[in-house]
Amino acid sequence: MVGLRSGTRDAGQIDQREDVNMGLAIALVLVLLCVVSVIMFSGHYWWFPPLISTYTGYDKQFMLTLIIVAIVFILAQLALGYFVWKYRDRAGRKATYVEGNNTMEVLWTSITFVIFIGLGILGQRVWAQFHFAEPPANAMEVEVTGQQFQWNIRYPGADGQFGRTEAKYVDESALNFVGVDPHDPAGKDDIASINRMVIPVNQPVKVLLHSKDVTHSFFVPGLRIKQDAVPGMTITIHFTATKTGEYEIPCAELCGLGHYKMRGILDVRTPVEYQQWLKKQASQE
Amino acid sequence: MTKIKVVSFLIVSVLIMAMFVSGCAKKSEPSEETAAPAQKAPTAIDQATVGTITGKISYSGAKPTPKVIHMDTEPACVSSNSGPVYTQDLEVNSNNTLKDVFVSVSGGVDNYTFTVPTTPATLDQRGCTYHPHVLGVMAGQALQVLNSDNTTHNIHPIPKENPEWNTSMPPKAQPLDKKFNRPETMIPVKCNVHPWMKAYIGVVKNPFFSVTGDDGSFEIKGLPPGDYTVSAWQEKLGTQTMKVTVGPKESKTVDFSFKGE
Amino acid sequence: MGEPTHAVHVHHAPKGFIRKYIFSTDHKVIGIQYYFLALFSVVLGMLLSVLFRLHLAWPNANWDLLGKLFPTGMAGGLMTPEFYLSLVTMHGTLMVFFVLTTAPQSGFGNYFLPIQIGADDMAFPVLNMLSFWITFVALVVMVMALFATGGAPLSGWTAYPPLSALGKISGPGEGLGQTLWVISLAIFCVGSLLGALNFITTTLNLRAKGMTLLRMPLTVWAWFTTSILALLAFPVLLAGGILLVLDRVGGTSFFIPAGLVVNEQLVNHSGGSPLLWQHLFWFFGHPEVYIAILPGMGVASQLLSTFSRKPVFGYKAMFSAMLAIGFLGFFVWGHHMFISGMSPYSAVAFSLLTLAIGVPSAIKTFNWLGTLWQGKIQFTSAMLFAIGFVSLFVTGGVSGIFLGQTSLDLYLHDTYFVVGHFHMIMGVAALFGIFGATYYWFPKMFGRMLNEPLGKIHFWFTFIGVNAIFFPMHIMGVAGHPRRYSDASNFNYLSSMHPLHEFITVAAIVTATAQLFFLLNFFWSLWKGKKAEMNPWNATTLEWTVPSPPPHDNFGGKLPVVYHGAYEYSVPGAKQDFIMQDSPEKIIEAT
Repeated sequence: MVGLRSGTRDAGQIDQREDVNMGLAIALVLVLLCVVSVIMFSGHYWWFPPLISTYTGYDKQFMLTLIIVAIVFILAQLALGYFVWKYRDRAGRKATYVEGNNTMEVLWTSITFVIFIGLGILGQRVWAQFHFAEPPANAMEVEVTGQQFQWNIRYPGADGQFGRTEAKYVDESALNFVGVDPHDPAGKDDIASINRMVIPVNQPVKVLLHSKDVTHSFFVPGLRIKQDAVPGMTITIHFTATKTGEYEIPCAELCGLGHYKMRGILDVRTPVEYQQWLKKQASQE
Repeated sequence: MTKIKVVSFLIVSVLIMAMFVSGCAKKSEPSEETAAPAQKAPTAIDQATVGTITGKISYSGAKPTPKVIHMDTEPACVSSNSGPVYTQDLEVNSNNTLKDVFVSVSGGVDNYTFTVPTTPATLDQRGCTYHPHVLGVMAGQALQVLNSDNTTHNIHPIPKENPEWNTSMPPKAQPLDKKFNRPETMIPVKCNVHPWMKAYIGVVKNPFFSVTGDDGSFEIKGLPPGDYTVSAWQEKLGTQTMKVTVGPKESKTVDFSFKGE
Repeated sequence: MGEPTHAVHVHHAPKGFIRKYIFSTDHKVIGIQYYFLALFSVVLGMLLSVLFRLHLAWPNANWDLLGKLFPTGMAGGLMTPEFYLSLVTMHGTLMVFFVLTTAPQSGFGNYFLPIQIGADDMAFPVLNMLSFWITFVALVVMVMALFATGGAPLSGWTAYPPLSALGKISGPGEGLGQTLWVISLAIFCVGSLLGALNFITTTLNLRAKGMTLLRMPLTVWAWFTTSILALLAFPVLLAGGILLVLDRVGGTSFFIPAGLVVNEQLVNHSGGSPLLWQHLFWFFGHPEVYIAILPGMGVASQLLSTFSRKPVFGYKAMFSAMLAIGFLGFFVWGHHMFISGMSPYSAVAFSLLTLAIGVPSAIKTFNWLGTLWQGKIQFTSAMLFAIGFVSLFVTGGVSGIFLGQTSLDLYLHDTYFVVGHFHMIMGVAALFGIFGATYYWFPKMFGRMLNEPLGKIHFWFTFIGVNAIFFPMHIMGVAGHPRRYSDASNFNYLSSMHPLHEFITVAAIVTATAQLFFLLNFFWSLWKGKKAEMNPWNATTLEWTVPSPPPHDNFGGKLPVVYHGAYEYSVPGAKQDFIMQDSPEKIIEAT
């Protein structure tokens, strides 16, 4: 660290003319910061899991933001480094008395305003697709209920209707985690699954999100979606998975000691395999 | 001057804080866990006159089909089980008897004091189920909780009479040494990481208890002659009691019969 | 220097040790008390973070020594997930409340606001003393929560109910520990509220003659704006805290809805809303972010100007930007709740307002660069930290452009991207403000200089260290790593990130160790440092017109008169390259 050499001077002394090294050191470190940032964000050594949903707008919006932010970041850091090096205290140097510049203020205020707000407005398309668009009419319904520390998945079965649930019917050692009313005929053919959410590929899915106890968050990185499961609320989200395979569902909202072990699997299968799984599951109920 | 200021402030604040913290720590000490009830001398029992109670817990009604517990999203659970694991809330043996029924002598022994066994009772977490599913211990007896799985469990009993505790046990964790000082039947025990896991612990003041196995039978030995109440508890079907008189050296049979839905 | 126009009585320091140093009403003593409270908290908070970082890097390692220190949380040397979460919770709480809120605002603000505006004390000295001791009690209760039976709370510094409201049944630490936590915060709110009242009144009423609003140093503007934020934000948290305590111990159901089944037990509550807490908490919580960073911004402006020997570029734009941030700061809390289940329509409004608040932040950055431009930069330790502040503020600021967008938050929310973002900006940027202020004002507060070489070593380790710690977190967030996971090995897609965890932990240990340079310097200089002159930095503001340390009533009974703005450096035609605020010297307009 070249900059440390300046430290040989007396403590408290501010007369540090020709302190080339410190200015240069800061400039170099800031250049290094920019280089490392660019390498890390473009090298993709660790990056988004592959996209598996129809929400393709997310990645585009992210990349657009990343490029704009990268330019702003690099310009600002390099300007800081350059100024610190260029305007360091040295023999004969005098600071210029400048109190400000209103034209500049207006200019950079307007430019940042347009860029920031513009990005925000562009991004609303992705938000609207997820939140404002109605799920397609052919969407299948799945109920997901979070609990400490498990995802309970429920399918309505052949009748297409979920059985009524009530807290008093919860019986976990009998695997009735969500409290399906045993007297409700609609609940007889409901199919339940622990942590494994099997869905057919390319099939719109509407998820009814609940929580039994504390707030959880349903996060599927590959789908680019996340939604809190809030006790006392039913929140509906929808998505279409476009690739078969198993994808993990981490809980993204701190829910207690087992938060880090609350792991679901989104199991995207072909429609045939999906039906087979449903049948097998029903036979073991 | 300023230094005195700084130092004195530091010292005073540390002192005050230490005072508060130690005061709080003392107050919040769980008196129940540390202070074991004063041990009275055990009542002398004439071993030559003691009798035995045996019996069977039979079951009538529709035989429930146990459900498969799908643990496949947790590989550590699957790997330590040889086959599928079934629900244990109502286990009917092939001879139409019930497994995991807690049978205890609940009345007629209040005048006696018994020695608490020195060997600890064990509750093991293995294959993401509790072994045993139903466990009896004496009040004050050591309970050792093991984790044989390669995954983290948390063990969370929900007693009403005893203090509640809830502790995680990472793989290879040291066995957890606990005890319940007050009699209580039954204390449910849960693992929240694997919510299907459930066990029950019966805490009693005497050594006269038994848990039924694969043949649905039980045996309680060493009872001094006298009138007793025997209770049988099943987690879904509730508790039944029966009165029985045991004479010197007598062996009595007490059969219970539970009815399913 | 300044010609006294109106003499006031010389206030003598009270006699007696306790009145003088413990229950003192002198704003300077109170400022130092706050500073040491923050110093204690920051050391504790940092140690906690090193502990949980160890666990993240080596989750299966056996730390026998730690096992002996924490027999329940680390039985046999293995850290349990609940102990990990407790450490995270206490780290966040201590840092946000007892460090970032107390040191820059209550610490330096208390000491220097009255002096910088030319007052002999705060408007309400007794209230000031009360604020500190209330805050002190809050800290004591918080430390008690750390040692509470059943464990320290584990619901995070945001304490979202129902987890934080249900009691023991919802997890270890959710019993006594969580109750003490909420009570501590409620007490803290009261202390901060009283402090804010005092700051506002003092700024408005006690300015010396000639100290117009437009001549106030930007630090004063920052403390003033922060106080307004604190005045409006803390009562909301106080209300929330009281409701949460009532839910926990009073059987009410403000935050607990009906029909909950926790640990297979029916919960006997109904009618509450978990989102209500989030609204109350973040209505406070977002302004809180600015409470932490605004004083740092003020300090950065002061330092950049002093050590560039130049006036602050765009003084009016600077305080206007601060006021704008303060104002807009009350309308953006919803960006913490995009995925909370709140109406997605209101999210759009919150999102655009959030991005709008980026504009004044950007203005500040541009003006800091403008201040450096064509300056004569002196690399004192204080200046290095101010430069570091700008760099970190940029880094932490730009990641906000991602998180402020509803759409991008869908994925990034509650990942390490957020952790990286807020640590950069409200964590270490604010901390750099505190360090800069310490190197700058230590001579005035204690009459001795800090050691410069040690200060520079401290800067380099810390600046490179914090970048090494928090930069990789952004990458982990992009790769989808959720925060508050005590062990990532359960998820296949997270396991590849383990090297990053190890790297961050090593960086954190090195950075934490490097803070010894600071502590060493601090306590060594307290006794052995070079004697400080009245104005070692050739700075212009009023605190440099009085002895180091200043007498009990600051100005020796003669309140100053102010003739100049706060940053008259390198004025053409002036005798020196700086003109003190109370100097009667005329500025000759260059033609």
